[in-house]
Amino acid sequence: MLRDIFSKKKKYATIPSEQAKQEVPEGLMTKCPNCKTIMYIKELRKNKMVCEGCGYHHRLSAYERIDLTLDEGSFQEFDVDMIAKDPLQFPDYLEKSAQDREKTKLNEAVVTGEGTIQGVPTVIGVMDARFRMGSMGSVVGEKITRAIEKAIEGDKSFIMFAASGGARMQEGVFSLLQMAKTSAALNQLNERGLLFISVLTHPTTGGVSASFASLGDINIAEPGALIGFAGRRIIEQTIRQKLPDDFQTAEFLLEHGQLDQVVSRHQLRETLGTILELHHPVKGGEV
Amino acid sequence: MADQLSFEKPIFELRNKISELKTFTAEKGIDLSGEIEKLESRLEQLEKDIYGNLNPWERVQIARHSKRPTTLDYIERLFTDFLEFHGDRLYGDDKAIVGGIGRFQGQAVTIIGHQRGKDTKENIKRNFGMPHPEGYRKALRLMKQAEKFKRPIICFIDTKGADPGIESEERGQSEAIARNLIEMAGLHVPIVCVVIGEGGSGGALALGVGDRIYMLENSTYSVISPEGAAALLWKDASLAKRAAETMKITAPDLLELGLIDGMIPEIRGGAHRDVDQQANEIRVYLEKSLKELGNISELDLVQKRYEKFKNIGEINHVSGPIAVK
Ligand SMILES: [Zn+2]
Repeated sequence: MLRDIFSKKKKYATIPSEQAKQEVPEGLMTKCPNCKTIMYIKELRKNKMVCEGCGYHHRLSAYERIDLTLDEGSFQEFDVDMIAKDPLQFPDYLEKSAQDREKTKLNEAVVTGEGTIQGVPTVIGVMDARFRMGSMGSVVGEKITRAIEKAIEGDKSFIMFAASGGARMQEGVFSLLQMAKTSAALNQLNERGLLFISVLTHPTTGGVSASFASLGDINIAEPGALIGFAGRRIIEQTIRQKLPDDFQTAEFLLEHGQLDQVVSRHQLRETLGTILELHHPVKGGEV
Repeated sequence: MADQLSFEKPIFELRNKISELKTFTAEKGIDLSGEIEKLESRLEQLEKDIYGNLNPWERVQIARHSKRPTTLDYIERLFTDFLEFHGDRLYGDDKAIVGGIGRFQGQAVTIIGHQRGKDTKENIKRNFGMPHPEGYRKALRLMKQAEKFKRPIICFIDTKGADPGIESEERGQSEAIARNLIEMAGLHVPIVCVVIGEGGSGGALALGVGDRIYMLENSTYSVISPEGAAALLWKDASLAKRAAETMKITAPDLLELGLIDGMIPEIRGGAHRDVDQQANEIRVYLEKSLKELGNISELDLVQKRYEKFKNIGEINHVSGPIAVK
């Protein structure tokens, strides 16, 4: 109801954010960054964090994603205890990682494990963009690589939800080489004839977009997700012109042949389930 | 002088002075050989001091030197019967990457490398050595061809990065790079990579998934340019010098971190001082590595390559209670 008031009378919808923060009780309500509608978080959660007004897909935390994707209670996490080291003795890196651990209650920017979707077992990795922008350093690369190896051991499919700003600068070439490491692990998965579904969510850019996230047997994205190699600002500086609004969106990539499908969060679990079943006719047959 | 880097100024000044004295000697017939000798030994010491203690930012400048030898300079010197092959068979021919076949000490090999220009005109033609997707796809086509005919692959890495433009995004720059990473990981032939200039980010790595990764002493390999890192970290691109140090992008730093297999010594003052001699230094490493890799079976090669990359990473573990959901 509140949403209706604000969305219809646009004037009131554009409350300056600072003021809005004061008026919107923390943790109770939120504003859609796309249509500016103010809504109850509880309602938003019920709708899988998709704005009822405009369809904007709000970011999910890794565990929210897992809850929405896997069969209830089926998730078993791998390698929970890995945290960032500081191979370059980079200023403030460990402090910032610690702050993000505190803030997100996650140990790193990816959660990996196994579970079932509509009864079909799968190994899964989910990135969380709140932790160091979801950037890939040694821990992210290692956890993904180990998850892929678990899939190989267990003869299972692998699903990866990407949400990342790219490589983790503070780990320098260590982070760059995680691109090669995760891709090399996927080569091993390919050799065994196992399925990899890459789900690209907002945002998937830089070194993550240019490695495992683009290497799915099937590449799926959520609507509106920003996906691309180079940063928008860098491109604009290079070409000295403004880019169209839809540039590097999931829809743009679909149009340019880079994706198999753009799937709404409301259909995503079912779509993944169907794909898994089609690749596991025996195991999925009874479901 | 454009070729002169700021930290080289004392060397160039002294060198000029020596040549002035020599001219003077010749013109006036006055014997200054004692003085010249003294200055020459001082020059020798000065070069040792300056070039022997290069800081990361000075190495970056040498790596970017306008006269620095490129892939084609080394191809000309290291291989015989080189034939350049063009095109990705899908879209076009990207001149920021050159590739082809030739012989290395009699053995047929495939050679691929980033290619910069040496002047503005050539740089425009070669997009400053920054490949579009079709460049990476050409490289991959040539690598697959090498695998079919069981030829080792030699890659020269020398790019600021992959092209960041609209068309590159439209044609799938991310996919092109990612595809090279996964395909290189699985190739059944030896791959030797040499970073000869700048190894910029994913655009460099797309030719860099090899069994051996060497760097010339004054080359760099980085996840982001020093300028880019400074802009992102400290909102100030002029702090690039500091970023070059912090990011550990030089050959000595990366060798110490165990991220590369070897550092190829460079001619004092930089590879551009003597390209022939620099090529000889590279030849030693190619010869040695191709010999070693030639003795490994195809399957072991792929497995060892996987393990090489799998082992890269530095990780801690939380002690005590674990933060779970
Ligand atoms: Zn909305």
